[in-house]
Amino acid sequence: MGYLVDTVLIYFEEAVLASETKMRSAGTATGQHGAAGDQAEPTRRDFITTAALGWAGVGGAISLWPFIQQMNPDASTQALSSTEVDLAPIKEGQAITVLWRGKPVFIRNRTKDEIAKAKETPLASLNDKTAENGALPERATADDANRVKKGKENWLVLVGICTHLGCIPKGQSLADARGDFGGYFCPCHGSHYDTSGRIRKGPAPRNLEVPPYEFVSDTKIKIG
Amino acid sequence: MSDHLSSYEPKNAFSKWMDSRLPVMRMMHGQFVDFPTPRNLNYMWTFGGILTFMLMVQIVSGLVLSMHYQASDADAFNSVEAIRRDVNYGWLLRNIHAVGASMFFFAVYLHMARGLYYGSYKAPREILWILGVIIFLLMMATGFMGYALVWGQMSFWGVTVITNLFSAIPLVGGAITKWLWGGYSVSGVTLNRFFSLHFLLPFVITGVVMLHIWALHVVGQNNPTGLDIKTKSDSVPMLPFAIMKDAFALAMFVLIYAWFIFFVPNYLGDADNYIEANPLSTPPHIVPEWYFLPFYAILRSIPSKLGGVVMMFGSIALLAFLPWLDTSNVRSAKYRPKFKWFLWAFFFSVIALGYLGGKPAEGSYVIWSRVFTAYYFIFFLVIMPVLGLIEKPLKLPNSIMDAVLGGGGPMAGSAAAAAPEKR
Repeated sequence: MGYLVDTVLIYFEEAVLASETKMRSAGTATGQHGAAGDQAEPTRRDFITTAALGWAGVGGAISLWPFIQQMNPDASTQALSSTEVDLAPIKEGQAITVLWRGKPVFIRNRTKDEIAKAKETPLASLNDKTAENGALPERATADDANRVKKGKENWLVLVGICTHLGCIPKGQSLADARGDFGGYFCPCHGSHYDTSGRIRKGPAPRNLEVPPYEFVSDTKIKIG
Repeated sequence: MSDHLSSYEPKNAFSKWMDSRLPVMRMMHGQFVDFPTPRNLNYMWTFGGILTFMLMVQIVSGLVLSMHYQASDADAFNSVEAIRRDVNYGWLLRNIHAVGASMFFFAVYLHMARGLYYGSYKAPREILWILGVIIFLLMMATGFMGYALVWGQMSFWGVTVITNLFSAIPLVGGAITKWLWGGYSVSGVTLNRFFSLHFLLPFVITGVVMLHIWALHVVGQNNPTGLDIKTKSDSVPMLPFAIMKDAFALAMFVLIYAWFIFFVPNYLGDADNYIEANPLSTPPHIVPEWYFLPFYAILRSIPSKLGGVVMMFGSIALLAFLPWLDTSNVRSAKYRPKFKWFLWAFFFSVIALGYLGGKPAEGSYVIWSRVFTAYYFIFFLVIMPVLGLIEKPLKLPNSIMDAVLGGGGPMAGSAAAAAPEKR
């Protein structure tokens, strides 16, 4: 649109300029194209051509939209976006994985030791200092308190997808390697996460994401 | 060669009638029968024909496979197994297509190495070369999406890793990956669109290949001396000379291809891809098919996500700028004593990166990946521009004919020393 408006403005500007020059050099101007140096004066046909092309261009661009938008997740995919999980059977130190929006979500009942380790880690030693918690403002810091729900510090809920290139980190089952910081370890490209799911070492740029969830009862959460 | 006129003469009434309406036979005769070909072409010049053959093989075998394939997350893996076990000759068609992808890339890498060694990217072949880079990119996209269709563990996690590369783009990365996936993760929706695109892209490649051949037939073929065809004695007609040579090379190539198809069809594949895709478990080592390994090694050698992605795509995009990065006016590395060794070191680096890309990203593998990645970029961005200015090339022969006869005569020395090619 901007191009079209510019073209129209330039057309009028040049038309005014040309007529002024014509008046000043009255008699010497050689007809329609004689004014304003070598610049040929745009004609009404030029204007119509530009306007028509601009109009067709805008129309073409707009009609592309459905062809691009069809590739985005549709309403039925978006509707499947909440999952309820019963936490009662998960004992301290155990973890389960559930599917939410086709992604694995790690739910871990952390031990006292793991909580303590996560809490005492100074913010300065973190690679990503933001909470990456959908429920909190973007500025929230990556303190352990901002990664869990208040009063439910033992429950760590994370999207189980490495923020590097989307592999699933190890650490959920007992036999897994849990990396240098005792949380999760991604074997694909060697990212280490701590007991709060924060990136500590390796190529991953961000902390494991905390999905939006809430406690619907004391032992039940709803993710999404 | 654009000034080359076809010597076609219509022989009967029908071909005369046709020739004055649609002179397609005249064009074919002029371009593929009496077309002047440098008389000194070696076997490295046979891969163009081999690649055209491979493109047709992949299109024909892919078309018949698509008659039996189901592009849904529930059925894809099983339908591929059904093709292998139940469909009449399905095992053969599937092996032709799967091994064919490897052979296609094998041929294209040799074709590109030939172009690098003999300076086939230099004026006036810049557009020809850039079209080739575009074909290479399209081939990579097609190969990647085709591998996804098998819907094994390696397919699934390969797609996950590669589509996640786009999430490294600042601000819009997340939206782009969601758009590519059609959901919040790689799913059957993603598989279905990959099938559509995998079917479409070979025809796009065919279109660009036609432009590539057109551009080739305007400027003519390069040759081991890098000299232009100056007189008629420098060239031979394409038929029978070049065509027979191409046919022999193709037969040898197909022999190797057939050996893979019939004896070791899974040698180049990954055993993990015979496990159905499982979004809840990542295989311990995700590796792409062998033909992507050098670029995968570059990606992993950079300790930053965005940096790795930029370097990986950059390593391919850089190829398009070669005609301007190389400042030497001598085409063939045969007459560039220093460049030749740097180029062999480059070839070695790419093969080394291919080896390292298949190894876990830890310890000395990472360090060596960084060394060879560094050389990859230094070769193109520093050595090529600088060496062209300071290197003293060897004496060029007077003409292709002189190079073939080995002599040169009294005229050869003085006039030809490092004479830049001018058209």
